[in-house]
Amino acid sequence: MSDINMSVNIAGVELKNPVTVASGTFGSGMEYGEYVDLNRLGAVTTKGVANIPWPGNPTPRIAETYGGMMNAIGLQNPGLDTFVKRDIPFLKQYDTKIIVNVCGKSEADYVDAVEKLGEQPVDLLEINISCPNVKEGGIAFGQVPSSAEAITKAVKKVAKQPVIMKLSPNVTDITEMAKAVEAGGADAVSLINTLTGMKIDVNRRTFAVANKTAGVSGPAIHPIAVRMVYQVANAINLPIIGMGGIRTAEDALEMIMVGASAVAVGTANFNDPYTTIKVIDGIREYMEKNHVADIKELIGCVK
Amino acid sequence: MAYRENAKILKADCLADGVYEIWFETKDIAAASKAGQFISVYSNDGSRLLPRPISICKVEDNKLRIVFRVAGKGTEEFSKMKAGEYLDIQGPLGNGYDLEKIASELKADGRSFDKAVLFGGGIGVPPMLELARRLDCHKNVVVGYRNSQTFLKEDFEAVADTDVYIATEDGSVGTKGNVLDAVKQENVEADVIFACGPTPMLRAIKAYALENDIPCYVSVEEKMACGIGACLACVCKSTEIDDHSQVKNKRVCKEGPVFNVKEVEL
Repeated sequence: MSDINMSVNIAGVELKNPVTVASGTFGSGMEYGEYVDLNRLGAVTTKGVANIPWPGNPTPRIAETYGGMMNAIGLQNPGLDTFVKRDIPFLKQYDTKIIVNVCGKSEADYVDAVEKLGEQPVDLLEINISCPNVKEGGIAFGQVPSSAEAITKAVKKVAKQPVIMKLSPNVTDITEMAKAVEAGGADAVSLINTLTGMKIDVNRRTFAVANKTAGVSGPAIHPIAVRMVYQVANAINLPIIGMGGIRTAEDALEMIMVGASAVAVGTANFNDPYTTIKVIDGIREYMEKNHVADIKELIGCVK
Repeated sequence: MAYRENAKILKADCLADGVYEIWFETKDIAAASKAGQFISVYSNDGSRLLPRPISICKVEDNKLRIVFRVAGKGTEEFSKMKAGEYLDIQGPLGNGYDLEKIASELKADGRSFDKAVLFGGGIGVPPMLELARRLDCHKNVVVGYRNSQTFLKEDFEAVADTDVYIATEDGSVGTKGNVLDAVKQENVEADVIFACGPTPMLRAIKAYALENDIPCYVSVEEKMACGIGACLACVCKSTEIDDHSQVKNKRVCKEGPVFNVKEVEL
């Protein structure tokens, strides 16, 4: 069946299929490009970039957990000038959409980066207000609805591209945050970022990750992500990019069926660099087998 | 160029307490490997997602040998593997020892490259074997162990133009003490130093190399996730701003694991 339509629309941007990658797990695609044909991805979502270079956290920055991992990279990034010169031209060689994840320590940082990206050939901006591993900015904007609304408004005021707000699961009620960014003018939301966790190395009698706390990701957290996508889909009227522990097409389809228009593969890339392609092929197989002509029939089909 | 393979285990053995070897039959990985590079080894247990980075110990045609210490559940799983079973592996990864580049750097500096010292400490010993086999000069291999379980000693002794010196913590074999104690006791000289081992050992070797004005290349270790340079988990501090990161961090899995000792803070 070649007339299968896997394309989805996120805030006016058409992705050839619903699969992208979770920010921070894929760099800007250069390294994974050795293994994966980047042309096949619906979009590449880059690692968070700030207006200036950030050194990130001390090491160890990661630890393995049962069915997943935890990380506290601390948003190390080369800064926007290098990113614009090196990473965007690299991605422009491919027939895939570009989603640039933006991080900042203050409203001014976010606005500065978003303004500079305005002239760049990128398709969507994803604003990271949910990183649990940096002291300022990051999650500070993502845990109080009024702050989330304010930062969304500030970014939207200067943004030339549609804005996706990336939400944290480390909140009492994620729908409150979703409603706040919707009120602030967001064009889409993505969720979930990692869940704050902690692991102790009992042999060294210290924290497994130098930052003490770190963000938990991977298949172990997938049911939590599905639940939150479901809740948010029922609370707001914006397209959702669902992520959190996706390793198989079935995992992706769960997210789509509860309301995600697109999905992102994150931690599973570390286990198998071909995961994104396997998920895309698996979704197509499911559609063929179940006579689904258009993936949009599946988005939110489980109420 | 790196490859992902489901590789057949040809041989699996215990070499010392907690230290194991696996020989893989590979399609492309062995032939593409350099000394000092590593492979990512993936668990067959779906609850363990992250690859274990393990240095390449020896390459023979399409066969690749790793020697590793059991440090957790993943390496424990690998230690129980048997010949005929399979593991997913990916590699070769990292820069490895670029011997042509090192030779030209030494030449440009007006230095000779007639005798090298290869330091290995503990589980830093294995990658020195393939390096010794590929170096076209006189090799003084100085390897440190905890006790008389001097794994790979015979392998080093079989390499041409190579003298092997042993240091043990308990003094049961060779010099009692560390690899630098052995160097001092035996008056070992070097035009260039290569080293892999625990950070305190590398720190001491760095001080020794700088003090004696000997060029020195070290292989460093850090916890990794992707193993290919994307996730930025395994960085080490660099002395200068790194071109890729734009901060004083280098990726151990990509720019490393081998660094000129002057490039990195230890």
